[in-house]
Amino acid sequence: MLPPFRHRALHKNSSMSFSNAVAIAGVGETDYSRDSGRTELALSLQAIQAALDDAGIAAAEVDGLMKWFVDTSSEAEVAVNLGIPDLAWFGEINQAGNVGAPLVAHAAAAIHAGLANTIVIYRGVNGRSGRRYGRGDVTGQGGRGAGAFTEPFGLLTPQHGLAMAARRRMFETGVTSRQFGQQAVIQRKHANRNPRATFHDRALTLEDHQQSRLIIDPFHLFDCCLESDGGGALVLTRPELVRKRRPHRPLALIRAAAQSGPGQSSPVHRTAARLFAMARLERSDIDVVQIYDHFGPFVLFALEDYGFVEDAGHFVEDGGTMWDSGKLPANTSGGHLSEVYLQGMNHLIEGVRQARGESTSQVPNAELSFVDTGIGTGAVILERSDP
Amino acid sequence: MSDWTFERPPALPLPQPSEESAPFWEALKERRLVLQRCAACDAVTHPPRARCGKCGGMEFVWQESDGRGEVHSYVVTHQAVHPALRGYTPFATVEVALTEGVRITSNLIDTPPDQVAIGQNVQVGFMDVGESIVLPMFRRG
Repeated sequence: MLPPFRHRALHKNSSMSFSNAVAIAGVGETDYSRDSGRTELALSLQAIQAALDDAGIAAAEVDGLMKWFVDTSSEAEVAVNLGIPDLAWFGEINQAGNVGAPLVAHAAAAIHAGLANTIVIYRGVNGRSGRRYGRGDVTGQGGRGAGAFTEPFGLLTPQHGLAMAARRRMFETGVTSRQFGQQAVIQRKHANRNPRATFHDRALTLEDHQQSRLIIDPFHLFDCCLESDGGGALVLTRPELVRKRRPHRPLALIRAAAQSGPGQSSPVHRTAARLFAMARLERSDIDVVQIYDHFGPFVLFALEDYGFVEDAGHFVEDGGTMWDSGKLPANTSGGHLSEVYLQGMNHLIEGVRQARGESTSQVPNAELSFVDTGIGTGAVILERSDP
Repeated sequence: MSDWTFERPPALPLPQPSEESAPFWEALKERRLVLQRCAACDAVTHPPRARCGKCGGMEFVWQESDGRGEVHSYVVTHQAVHPALRGYTPFATVEVALTEGVRITSNLIDTPPDQVAIGQNVQVGFMDVGESIVLPMFRRG
């Protein structure tokens, strides 16, 4: 038996509101590797089937598809392969990897508005054996656009700009590389408990982190996300539809969603304000968080900027983000650092699992599961709903 | 003061000027660092843009920067994450906060990567690269 809800229940007449109108009813993924031996389309299709099986929904019932703009498998291609008879809703969001939660928001809004019933969000990528996002010749702009003012001076990858921001943050707040390392170590411990994780079988100590080579200083190797081959998928639908299919299982409802557009200053603060206002929750109501760790130091920055903690450096040093003993467990699957780099898809999957009580590092009695998929570009709060 | 000099990786991308930024790169050929200033509200912006973010003005004038500022942040590239960097690591890239209140990305031509520090006062210099491109580079000052 779960204890009574600690947080404020939604207002009685909220039946028309967005909050909890849509569920992430199914999650699925492929195996994760350095060389999948399959096409990106095949990875997506495999993950979608796993997510549909998880939800108890047939492919022919899907009437919406959404994807990362950077994903190479078009909605049309996926629809044909799934045998979707009537694709009522499709679309993609054009940014970089950081659009997972925004995709959930768009899909949930469409379902809430009655434009579709069951929408699949997918991501399939050969990010290690194919195009590697850590390579400047892959992600660079050839000196065009905004790149004219950065690339001629040697800022060539996303990592460069983020390392620049991290260095300034270290100067301003005193947060240290050792504290970044503590979070990497905690996430590795989570990965060691997760059989799906790339680094399931490999331990990481703080000294390993500190002695790992510098990539773009201040980032050490173990501050950087993996490069991975793999696929993941989510199935969004109305709770009433899926309750009939899976009558005995908790559901992950979308309590709130928010995003903040490209080029905005302080995107985390803007997203946080909208998200928690919609959810009618306090930061302290959240039981577990997944935060987009393209680079591990940004987990610490986001913990502070979302308002969860005041001094994230000391918080992680004291084990505050550990799944079993921490006050706010973070990245409980291992995250991008140690599970897989699926551009936030794996954070959403893990957020759902936490809300359903199915994580390999399950936070006891987790009811409210927070997922950021881009350090402020988008976030969702998922709520456990028991049968 | 050492006589260390920054060796720029020669295969790094060169700037491809756009309609908005062309005057910036043209002025550099005359060894002048210019910044875009809104004709309506005097807000200074960098990099150049099409519309003033403060007042919405779309007319700009180009004002010469005094070329002074301080290191706002920096990174040191250790891994050759681009073919152009092979044999040229480690090297530092800096963000300079100019006295006009805007930040510009560059390199320090007289400071080895392990001696770069946030807050270091710097002043602009110029480096010829390629046929007709001059880059703004900084030195201690």
